[in-house]
Amino acid sequence: MAQGNGSETKRDRFLAGVIPYKEMGYWRPDYEPEDTDIIAAFRITPQSGVDPEEAAAAVAGESSTATWTVVWTDQLTAYENYQAKAYKVTPVPGADPPQWIAYIAYKLDLFEEGSIPNLTSSIIGNVFGFKALRALRLEDLRIPQTYLKTFQGPPHGIIQEREMINKFGRPLLGATTKPKLGLSPRNYGRVVYEALRGGLDFVKDDENTNSQPFNRWRERFLYCMEAVHRAMEQTGEVKGHYLNVTASTMEEMYERAEFAKELGSVIIMIDLTIGFTAMQSMSKWARANSMLLHLHRAGHSTYTRQKNHGVNFRVLAKWCRMIGVDHIHAGTVVGKLEGDPNAVSGYYKTCTDDFNKQDAALGFYFDQDWIHMPGVMPVASGGIHAGQMHQLLHYLGEDVVLQFGGGTIGHPMGVSAGATANRVATEVMIKARNEGRDIMREGPDILRTAAKKSPELDSAIETWGDISFEFESTDTPDVIETPTPVA
Amino acid sequence: MARTQAGSGPSLGPGVPPRDTQEPYGRGKVDERFAELEDPLHEIPDDAIVDAAAIFRESRVDEVLDEMDRDLIALQHVKGRIREIAALLLVDRLRRSIGLEASAPTLHMSFTGNPGTGKTTVAAKMGKILYKLGYVRKGHVVSVTRDDLVGQYVGHTAPKTREVLKKAMGGVLFIDEAYHIYRVDNERDYGQETVELLLQVMENERENIVVIMAGYKEQMGRFFADVPGLSSRIAHHIDFPDYSPDELMEIARLMAEQQRYRLSDEAERTFTDYLKLRVGQPQFANGRSIRNALDRARMRQAIRLYAGGRDGSRLTKKDLVTIEAEDVLKSRVFEGGFYQEQEPTDDEARTD
Amino acid sequence: MTTGVHITQGTFSYLPELDDDEIRAQIQYGIDNGWAVAIEYTDDPHPRNIYWDMWGMPMFDIEDAAAGLHEVNRCREAFSNHYIKVSLYNRKLTKQSIALQFLVNRPQHEPGFRLERQEGSNRAVQYTLTSYAADRPHGERYSSDGPDASR
Repeated sequence: MAQGNGSETKRDRFLAGVIPYKEMGYWRPDYEPEDTDIIAAFRITPQSGVDPEEAAAAVAGESSTATWTVVWTDQLTAYENYQAKAYKVTPVPGADPPQWIAYIAYKLDLFEEGSIPNLTSSIIGNVFGFKALRALRLEDLRIPQTYLKTFQGPPHGIIQEREMINKFGRPLLGATTKPKLGLSPRNYGRVVYEALRGGLDFVKDDENTNSQPFNRWRERFLYCMEAVHRAMEQTGEVKGHYLNVTASTMEEMYERAEFAKELGSVIIMIDLTIGFTAMQSMSKWARANSMLLHLHRAGHSTYTRQKNHGVNFRVLAKWCRMIGVDHIHAGTVVGKLEGDPNAVSGYYKTCTDDFNKQDAALGFYFDQDWIHMPGVMPVASGGIHAGQMHQLLHYLGEDVVLQFGGGTIGHPMGVSAGATANRVATEVMIKARNEGRDIMREGPDILRTAAKKSPELDSAIETWGDISFEFESTDTPDVIETPTPVA
Repeated sequence: MARTQAGSGPSLGPGVPPRDTQEPYGRGKVDERFAELEDPLHEIPDDAIVDAAAIFRESRVDEVLDEMDRDLIALQHVKGRIREIAALLLVDRLRRSIGLEASAPTLHMSFTGNPGTGKTTVAAKMGKILYKLGYVRKGHVVSVTRDDLVGQYVGHTAPKTREVLKKAMGGVLFIDEAYHIYRVDNERDYGQETVELLLQVMENERENIVVIMAGYKEQMGRFFADVPGLSSRIAHHIDFPDYSPDELMEIARLMAEQQRYRLSDEAERTFTDYLKLRVGQPQFANGRSIRNALDRARMRQAIRLYAGGRDGSRLTKKDLVTIEAEDVLKSRVFEGGFYQEQEPTDDEARTD
Repeated sequence: MTTGVHITQGTFSYLPELDDDEIRAQIQYGIDNGWAVAIEYTDDPHPRNIYWDMWGMPMFDIEDAAAGLHEVNRCREAFSNHYIKVSLYNRKLTKQSIALQFLVNRPQHEPGFRLERQEGSNRAVQYTLTSYAADRPHGERYSSDGPDASR
């Protein structure tokens, strides 16, 4: 791998051999990104002695036209157009070993319309194992409007979902059936029925609830939909169960999705592990069949969690909004899984807002205009319970599915009571907030007062009131130099 | 019946009790220190101290009263009445603060007087005063006439009136020339429906809306006589007298100043003469006529300056700000004519 | 107290029925957010019955919740034995939908729903939900002795 500051070599650009990426046109400090460019912010940790500009140029090169050596065939093309351009590096304060944020612009020509697999193969396809870098992380990606418009987006989005299920002005409530493995389809359906009847809007298969020997998919679907309809009869509300159609082939996924539709479900579910192509296919199916599409981000932490290497979740969330899902798990702030409040807030805004303004605290490196692409309903799941309702509402807002798995099914008075506790807590907190009360300050009081008339809520607070998960987050946004906003 | 009070409702969702920390809402404001007393007359010692100064300060109603003094020339009698009403409401609030009064006072008013005597302006101040004292929740003023309330065909009137009433809830409904709503000689006039609805809302929703009816004094008197039950629902009758020539001159000075003009001494004398003539003529609308007269004087000044400029004379700032006697003198009023430069607009003909 | 099946549509159905002041506070929250206030009523609360009857036009330009409550109470007078709901509507670009919706009236007896199962092959079931109330014509629902007093 070549390195150096560029002045050492006088060789011509197209002489055979190896020359620094910087000199091949991948470092362009004078370049001003165009409105139609895709712009990436990479966190780079170069091997010691490697010039950060060269490292940035190498990332630009390897994620676009370059290979390790000079090829004369470049001259058959207008290669300047196709070369990605690293145009800025800024040091990350206090990083050891030193890190930089490298800004790289890509021409729209480099990408196939409406293809997340192509976009990801280009930008994260080949560079992450690059030897000159100790570590590399894709922090943010500015998708230009021209490119964004080639994607379908969510099959329905937040607004149409709410109109479909007729629920407005409060977080939706869900739970994952527990235990997630081992229950027979018939017992599994019982949990679904009790939770929905008690007041939840949705119950969910877990990511690895697919079609195991003890719980085959078709049987599960039958019992779950019996449960859903019985609960609708009891409450007069629209209810749903995320039937997980994740399977080994597209054919099988379509078969399961079709059966869910036949039984009258409003929603199906897929796992991130099925891959981007399968996700895009299911998104089209969901829109064509008026079915909400729930995405479980199974496996994402393998590459989103480390601060110095991988892909930031906000980028994954962007891809998922473009692919088009209606629900995506996006962290909880107060629950058992990883998530710094500011970073999680940034993920939520990525899912729901129409415009993400560049904001270092939230981790937005660029302005992102979603040009009215519908929002994805974020899902908060993992270690949350009714006693945190004021915090959940404060941090996550009302456009969210709050999933209380243990917090419903582990309720001492039973599953249905657990569901009721969550619903009462949600409604009483929304009511108080709308009345102008300071829920962050008065929240615990509001819940305690409500609990006096609600044995279910009382018991929930009694059981979990003090449980919190206070760990230092491993991934917090840096206070970075304010990048020039790109229009 | 499903419409039960909080706390006694059906309990599928296990209930919550009524909000015990409920925010004071609108006119129901009760000083928290005394909120829990059930029979205040017995439990409040006679020497209980009411911090009048604090409540007065807190309400900042004096700001509006001062503003009114500043903005309105003369009208001493009217201002006095408004201060009286403010004092009454303040005391009412003090009494409430120790739980001495239960029912909401009637606040509907009638403003009578000739056009241009400041009724609309005072109504706007009234909205602010009522808001600051906590008697209306918003304090906006919705100003309407018969056309806004009375419909054109069967079934049109009630929704139209109701629409206006709803818009004004939380504030003040100002009805100019209110007597036009009701044509006593025409039994089939739709205005009757409006009047009935008004009476109903003035009674049942008096916590939510304050109605001010305005118009000429005599016609208003007849209106009250024709509509039984109306006068008794109106708590305060305020008469707006015509301005004296001196007061009108003062208004002219203030208006000119606000527009950054100045009347020369000669012009002031001429304007005084003008006023003497104009007051006796039809369509005289007090303050509004002054504004119109000044507008026309400005126009003549502009024509004069333009003509001078074309002749090559230089203009100074003084020229630009000064209205000269000739700008006033050219008024038709001085030629024995009437003020008739334009057809009187609806606006001009309105009493305020 | 109502009897029968307590339908839990709307945002505050798990709380005790809101009193007038509580309704007013929620409406004011909507008005302060710039939302329109709409009132609808029905005698068929089927979860897929989207188009309840409108009690007049949505109120787009009121300042104070008293005006909304005024209409709620008029609607309750006219349809005391119906379901009545208040919707607060947000016309903002990218929203353009209901922002909050809650029930403010129920019939005295809520008969609920019948779940019908049409059995197909391979145990696949087609489910149909029917309002018991809808067994009778409009105007004769929620009452054992003929037309509603309110109609």
